[in-house]
Amino acid sequence: MSAVLPHPADHGHGHEHDHDHAHGHPVGWRRWVFATNHKDIGTLYLLFAFTMFLIGGTLALLIRLELFQPGLQFFNPELFNQFTTMHGLIMVFGAIMPAFVGFANWMIPLQIGAADMAFARMNNLSFWLLIPAALMLVGSFFMPGGAPAAGWTLYAPLSLQMGPSMDGGIFAMHLMGASSIMGSINIIVTILNMRAPGMTLMKMPMFVWTWLITAYLLIAVMPVLAGAITMTLTDRHFHTSFFNPAGGGDPVMYQHVFWFFGHPEVYIMILPAFGIVSQVVPAFARKRLFGYTSMVYATSSIAILSFIVWAHHMYTTGMPVTGQLFFMYATMLISVPTGVKVFNWLATMWRGSMTFEAPMLWAVGFIFVFTMGGFTGLICSMAPIDIQLQDTYYVVAHFHYVLVAGSLFGMFAGYYYWAPKWTGVMYSETRGKIHFWCSLVFFNVTFFPMHFLGLAGMPRRVADYPMQFADFNALASVGALCFGLSQVYFLLFVVVPAMRGKGEPAPQRPWEGAEGLEWEVPSPAPWHTYETPPKLDRTATKVIG
Amino acid sequence: MMTIRKLGTGAARATLAISTMAATGAAMALGESVTDLPGGPRVLGLDFQPAVTEIARQQKELHYWMLIVCTLIFVVVFGFMFYSIFKHRKSVGHKAANFHESVAVEIAWTIVPFVIVILMGAFATRTVVAMKDTTNADMAIKATGYQWKWEYEYENGEGAGLKFFSTLDTAQRQLSEDGKPAGNDYLLKVDNPLVVPVGKKVRIITTADDVIHSWSVPAFGVKQDAIPGFVRDTWFLADKVGTYHGMCSELCGKEHAFMPIRVDVLSAADYTAWVDKHKKALAAAQDDPKKVWDMAPLVARGEKVYLANCAVCHRPDGKGAGPVKPLDASPTVLDPDKNAEIITVLHGRLNGAMPAWQGKLSETDIAAAITYTKNSWSNHTGQLVEPSDVVAAEAK
Repeated sequence: MSAVLPHPADHGHGHEHDHDHAHGHPVGWRRWVFATNHKDIGTLYLLFAFTMFLIGGTLALLIRLELFQPGLQFFNPELFNQFTTMHGLIMVFGAIMPAFVGFANWMIPLQIGAADMAFARMNNLSFWLLIPAALMLVGSFFMPGGAPAAGWTLYAPLSLQMGPSMDGGIFAMHLMGASSIMGSINIIVTILNMRAPGMTLMKMPMFVWTWLITAYLLIAVMPVLAGAITMTLTDRHFHTSFFNPAGGGDPVMYQHVFWFFGHPEVYIMILPAFGIVSQVVPAFARKRLFGYTSMVYATSSIAILSFIVWAHHMYTTGMPVTGQLFFMYATMLISVPTGVKVFNWLATMWRGSMTFEAPMLWAVGFIFVFTMGGFTGLICSMAPIDIQLQDTYYVVAHFHYVLVAGSLFGMFAGYYYWAPKWTGVMYSETRGKIHFWCSLVFFNVTFFPMHFLGLAGMPRRVADYPMQFADFNALASVGALCFGLSQVYFLLFVVVPAMRGKGEPAPQRPWEGAEGLEWEVPSPAPWHTYETPPKLDRTATKVIG
Repeated sequence: MMTIRKLGTGAARATLAISTMAATGAAMALGESVTDLPGGPRVLGLDFQPAVTEIARQQKELHYWMLIVCTLIFVVVFGFMFYSIFKHRKSVGHKAANFHESVAVEIAWTIVPFVIVILMGAFATRTVVAMKDTTNADMAIKATGYQWKWEYEYENGEGAGLKFFSTLDTAQRQLSEDGKPAGNDYLLKVDNPLVVPVGKKVRIITTADDVIHSWSVPAFGVKQDAIPGFVRDTWFLADKVGTYHGMCSELCGKEHAFMPIRVDVLSAADYTAWVDKHKKALAAAQDDPKKVWDMAPLVARGEKVYLANCAVCHRPDGKGAGPVKPLDASPTVLDPDKNAEIITVLHGRLNGAMPAWQGKLSETDIAAAITYTKNSWSNHTGQLVEPSDVVAAEAK
């Protein structure tokens, strides 16, 4: 593991801040358990997230196994519901969110010329809180009655019927929420206070901008989720009846509170990916990002609008006609700033001098497939159409197009783009391309047919389905298996060699068109960087002394 | 337009069918005998189910328009992207230009999408308003969701007073359990379908008894959550006689997949005949809770009630499964005080994980089911619970 970064004791080659090694560095397990270095914590986050991604992915494959054919072949429906619930919770709270925090930890200090994150010890705590949370979440399968089975949205009153694992799940989400809030505070303070002189807000790299906005979203909505699940907890044990109709509570109120968190949450999961793509596209088009200012404004508009669209998840709960109209129009408006972002990326590519190394392939793949998810989102936003689509496989297809092809593909773009800086070795371009093309093809084989299933009326979260849906389900299951194997390939043939330090040594700036302070330090990035604030050039992309 | 659409759909279906067959020979072998279900899902269906109400037709039309607009935008936007990808690459010697800002362009591509989405919304508004207008209905039916069945109660009109449960065919649940699905209406067959007359505006009032369910019939363009403690409504006016299928569309626990909705739309005359028949049957089936039963007939009746209502969780062998408690050798069932079990059945337990059956089953049915559990499997209490015992417990 220690090869992920040069061991602190090993590297003393010519870096200007060598004298700092006198401080003494924890070695062995202490280096990780007591980690306060943003790069070490970033690595921990990324490894944690990938582990959870594999667990969540395994659950997805078990779901697809049961759905390969109609009839219950492998699991009873209760266990099936546990799989769908835990797949969602693990992927959202265990994989995507921590992975982006990992990227933030690694890259934000490097990109703004800061020595580390603002609160190094809180950074340690916010990572290590995730471990008990994850153990409790995954361990709930072994609790009496099995894991929570109320769907990742944990709708009341179904969540009130769950066994003791529901309490474990709620507590795990509290911990993860606390971790996220601490992480966000750290990111905001780091960005606002620790930028190198000359790195003004409007010169910050887009990844830093998107994370700044994401961190504010997190601080705004994680407490809302905590409130919703705490009320669920007291309903379960102390007869408070916030959501329990038997005591006069309102189950729909839970949905309002949950989605007030849940909708900004989907932007929390996609904005950092927008940031990564906004870094990668200019680098490989060898041309500055088009419309930087409008990108910042578009990102902010998306964040603000995300607070007033939550009830489009609830068209079928029976809200009044004015409510449906308001949420329909507000939701459709979000496509405007999102469209602006896509247009800006295309304009950046336009008349550039493009090459298509793995990061760029993932970024272009992201734009292409994410936009399809955007269009289905627009279709779902239309209340009359959504009456047909709500809670069907169309919705499943839609959000996997934006979360897998969006967030995940964005992260892969980021990995291939920055891993040379992290590990000091280049990945194999052939392997990166195999990973990309397999993922892209099998992603579509898995999720495209789900649009048809949804249109034809197949509800989601069902363990068995009418015979007419058999063919597309079988196709989706085959695609899912291959997509899963593509990610195992990524682990074994891209990540593991990189961690072992196998591969061509990476130059300081492996990408011809890449700009930014992260490329001003050697590869791999020394354990300590920018200990004294660097002097920046006018564009704040180069160190001049 | 119609022909082109049909041709396009036909070609797309054929291509998809071929590619799907190639990829999934196994599934096709299994699905060989399956054909489209009228009023329900179609094999390799690519579109909404055929519409039989005005709302469903409007939804379909809106969806086509959205598809057309989105496809146009998609082609234009990605036309630019792929043109750029092929022409503006380093390997063909293209040198990067240096522009990176244009306020005019930014404003244009903010305003144009804005106008497009507002227009889209404007087209949909009429349907939203129509969809929500449940006034002036010819009849109203209350649909109550239970874990895991529907109860229909005719509130007014010819059928006023009719009230019955609608449950998935038990044979199909067994086929599912065995992993041997069969039939065109697999998982969609119910014992008692909802029956309505053609050409009448039917208001469906939804509520639920335990958790949230969702009453959905795609052919009608209707999906309305059934929320415990609250009443919501929706409506449809079916203009074609036939049988229409839907499934519960809100996760409601382990049997969520096994909670279909079937609506039979009959001509006015057939509907009247159906109402008469059912009213008579209903009257005949009324039980007198004062009647005193003997053990054998009560246990025989209890077995039927148990299998239809309890076995789904507690299993036919009374052993329970997962979080569901076994009844076989259960201290509550074996309790010498009959009221222990009666109270549990009447009021439920664990926030409705064990539902409260009071009002859902007749006193006679509850007494029969309890007597059956007390005298089956390894339980040999010899206790006989009379309907009057249940009435007494209800009064407490």
